[in-house]
Amino acid sequence: MYKLILATRYLLKRRITYFAVLAVALCVFIVVVVMTVMTGLVGDFKEKNHDFAGDCVVSSESLVGFPYYEDYVGKLEASEAVEGVSAVIRSYGLLSPRGRDVNRGVEIMGIDPARHSRATGFGDTLHHRREDVAKAFVPSYDPNLPGCVLGIDLALERDSNGGYAYDSSPRRVGFSISCFPLTARGALAGAGTALANTKTFYYSDHSHSGLARVDDSIIYLPFDEAQALCGMAGATKRINAIHIKFKPNVKLQAGCEDVRRLWAIFKTEKANESQAYLLNTVAVQDWKVHRRTLIAAMEKEQMIMGAMFGFVGIVTVFIVLVVFYMLISHKSKDIGVLRSIGVSNVDIIELFGGFAFMVGLAGSGLGVLGGWQFLLRINSIERWLFAHFEFQVWDRTMFAIGDIPSEVSPKVLAVIVVSAIAACLIGALIPSWQAVRLRPVETLQVNQL
Amino acid sequence: MSDNDVVLKSKGLGKSYRMGATKVEVLKGLDLAVRRGEFVAIIGASGSGKSTLLHILGALDKPDKGTVSFEGRDLGRQSGRELNRFRNKMVGFVFQFYHLLDELSVLENVSLPTMASRSILGWFGCRRRAKKRAVELLVQLGLGERIKHKPYQLSGGERQRVAIARALMNKPDLLLADEPTGNLDSVTGNGILDVFEELNKAGQTIVMVTHDDRIAERAGRIITLADGKIRT
Ligand SMILES: Nc1ncnc2c1ncn2[C@@H]1O[C@H](COP(=O)(O)OP(=O)(O)OP(=O)(O)O)[C@@H](O)[C@H]1O
Ligand SMILES: [Mg+2]
Repeated sequence: MYKLILATRYLLKRRITYFAVLAVALCVFIVVVVMTVMTGLVGDFKEKNHDFAGDCVVSSESLVGFPYYEDYVGKLEASEAVEGVSAVIRSYGLLSPRGRDVNRGVEIMGIDPARHSRATGFGDTLHHRREDVAKAFVPSYDPNLPGCVLGIDLALERDSNGGYAYDSSPRRVGFSISCFPLTARGALAGAGTALANTKTFYYSDHSHSGLARVDDSIIYLPFDEAQALCGMAGATKRINAIHIKFKPNVKLQAGCEDVRRLWAIFKTEKANESQAYLLNTVAVQDWKVHRRTLIAAMEKEQMIMGAMFGFVGIVTVFIVLVVFYMLISHKSKDIGVLRSIGVSNVDIIELFGGFAFMVGLAGSGLGVLGGWQFLLRINSIERWLFAHFEFQVWDRTMFAIGDIPSEVSPKVLAVIVVSAIAACLIGALIPSWQAVRLRPVETLQVNQL
Repeated sequence: MSDNDVVLKSKGLGKSYRMGATKVEVLKGLDLAVRRGEFVAIIGASGSGKSTLLHILGALDKPDKGTVSFEGRDLGRQSGRELNRFRNKMVGFVFQFYHLLDELSVLENVSLPTMASRSILGWFGCRRRAKKRAVELLVQLGLGERIKHKPYQLSGGERQRVAIARALMNKPDLLLADEPTGNLDSVTGNGILDVFEELNKAGQTIVMVTHDDRIAERAGRIITLADGKIRT
């Protein structure tokens, strides 16, 4: 009982305790805010990459691509694990708005929009044709023209809030697209007189994946057109990649194993074909591995941030330790008194442990509450700062990230609170352990800790 | 003197402090016996080892040599738990500098020894009785009006009386006081001694340390500590 009374009194009556609570609260606040924003950003980025790639990608490193894919696609579609399969042409080309003498390099992706939507999140990135993905390449202003879907940053201007000025229907704009067709041996194929294949496509929609590198450089074309432009539509047709989505109950690695197994069978079957050597350039990867160059950079950042906040955590533990050390050194006389009236060491450690627990609980409670309230308002605060001082955490015209992530994860919170309380306990136990190891008289004499 | 009467007995107590290379021998084979109901004053020059002796007698410190036995039991052979019980129930300590807990009220300070020996539930069981006892003690010591105060609101003499009430709370067999008047003016100090005399008349065994002969004269027996031994 006296333990409870004393611990509460120490908590309420000593001003230095308020500093301890405040120190804990501040550190918890910072860690909560940063961890939330950071995990939010990384999680969001990964999800967008996942949406872009699907679950599993079978692709060739080489721009030449690989042949005989129809058989393999057939095998995949027959598989229990697979929900959607999309064969894709990937290449590079030049894009120039018709009638203007400018061009820029773009990444070309030739897809069947309906199939690609079943294998990836493509359909949801569309604006005008989101509800009718099969018609993604049909310009609403003239259904007979060949359409193309532009990465949103190629099509629209981004404003300072990260928003776009959408049109109610796509404007009639034509783009001429030039490709450099390759033969199966990887040489430039001389189609016609020039080395490049050129064709005009009309803006039918744009795609907003949320990935800056994709949105400002990609152009989706109808599969057959892209195959022809890239010189892959000859007698032996080729593609560059197959994107696959698994059924919801299929585990990612198990699904990928299945895909790999089917690929091995397929490869053996085709071993004697004339272009079988191209099959050796193909790898089966899950989406994380396929997008690893991008994700790894982000994860590295997160790791460095994590390490930095690990240091903040260590500093917190140290601050808390110092505060408790001072507090308990100050109270070593009390420890002597308690022991002179027969209080056991265990009880004394419990007393200060309880006190530390209360400080930790109060501090992390305050910190979590503060962090949560701050995160609730973080985007309005940023908007206000931008309106009054033109300050933005990141420039929305450059980065394709809209709002600052502010969704608090209960798991992250729990980890932070538990660590904060543990830090307080450690901070309190070291000096109280030292105090009880002394003989009672020693603690009664002037502070010796 | 019959052995039954002896509450506290020490034999061959030795204690030394090491200060770097030099070793200060404070107690050098000290023998002492205190009978039940006695009021003993220990006097001696400053630094003669009076406090050291009292701390050893109250099990707040351990001797290097020799034994202390309380009611026939050797304190040196007791477990930590038994020693805690001894400090809680058998002895009451009064210090020169009162040593009250600043965060607790007068009443809570006095009740502390009873609270300390009980769990929360146990405390609720005896709270009424304990509170009654604490208030009685405080009234007896003239602090009836002060039970809600905090230590810093009291004078030195009042604080010492609170400390005495705390020492008496668990009805100890032995009251140990280390210069209880050392920090007080003579009038206030005499008040404290009056309290001790009264307690002694009611049967309380008291061992008090002082360096003041006139204060020692109020006790029933005076023991002089010199050169680490009792001078006879
Ligand atoms: N913790 C310690 N470390 C080293 N020496 C100590 C320690 N405690 C006491 N001493 C020494 O032991 C001797 C006796 O000290 P003690 O406090 O028992 O004396 P005292 O008789 O109570 O003196 P006073 O009348 O001044 O209170 C002193 O010389 C003191 O310096
Ligand atoms: Mg002394």
